Amino acid sequence: MTRPEVWFTIVGMALVTFALRGSFLLAADRTPLRPLVQRALRYVPPAVLAAIVAPALAQPSGAAIGPFDLRLIAGLVAGLVAWRTRGILATFGTGMLTLWGLTWLLG
Amino acid sequence: MHRASFLAGVRDIAPMLLGAAPFGLITGVSAVAAGMAAVDVTFMSLTVFAGASQLAAIALIGSGAAVWVVLLTVLMINVRHVMYAAALAPHVRSLGLGSRAAIGAVLVDHVYAFASLRFAKRERDLDRRDYVLGLGLTMWLVWTGATAVGAFAGAQLPPSWQLDFAVPLMFLALLIPSIRDRPGLVAALTGGGLALALAGLPYNLGLVSAALAGIAAGTIADTLLAARRGEDA
Repeated sequence: MTRPEVWFTIVGMALVTFALRGSFLLAADRTPLRPLVQRALRYVPPAVLAAIVAPALAQPSGAAIGPFDLRLIAGLVAGLVAWRTRGILATFGTGMLTLWGLTWLLG
Repeated sequence: MHRASFLAGVRDIAPMLLGAAPFGLITGVSAVAAGMAAVDVTFMSLTVFAGASQLAAIALIGSGAAVWVVLLTVLMINVRHVMYAAALAPHVRSLGLGSRAAIGAVLVDHVYAFASLRFAKRERDLDRRDYVLGLGLTMWLVWTGATAVGAFAGAQLPPSWQLDFAVPLMFLALLIPSIRDRPGLVAALTGGGLALALAGLPYNLGLVSAALAGIAAGTIADTLLAARRGEDA
């Protein structure tokens, strides 16, 4: 992407996000969301986030122990911490520290 | 401006800033690690003000995705805000269009959580617009400031720190708590599994179609479970 394209994308992102946030606050017709739509909206975060995470973690980074990529190992350790603690910073810290530790060990 | 209400908002949101500031720092750092200019990601935080969608956009922009794929991904990640708007709408019906637009502009997750809590109490002396602005403008200032600090400091950090790994890690940290029940697990497994299988498709189409399939799978699982519970009762 060229830099003007990046700016164009950012402005587009801002407009999309504002349209979603403003939606029912600004609309003249204030019909509530249908139950099926409400139900579907609950599953947007797990579906979208998993679709982003899985390929990112599976992508080879060049550094591996046997068949296991360092980033995949660090990601699995961080995932375990996320599951036990549900803390964003604990997950993030564990993941980075594991990756740094493994890189140092292999270095 | 109703000062007491604004300050009540600032007070309520203050503890949340401890979580938002590091998130902003990481967003700034990882954007620079992905090849974005520090000024550009600061501009992004200033105008978009939605952490998870910004991280996704940063990763996609870094990998050379098409503009429409970035926008569609942002749309999917931020569509939850429609629920927030729908939930708050009955409480702000009497306000003017400008006030409602101002509330919409700052309606991020934490702001929604506090606003829905306080609005439900129907406090008479609470100015709803100014309370939300107290929550939202404080968060917005800290978010944008933290992004700027992370971006400009991150530009000085060496690539050997592998800070580009911050993006998948942050998503993992958001993903796991978002799986609250069995249909949620179905949605995540479908979305993640299909995204892996379709990773080779051009324009990141794999991401978009896997996400949509995951949403459908979760909704179907939920409907089936609800039907079964209905039969048991």
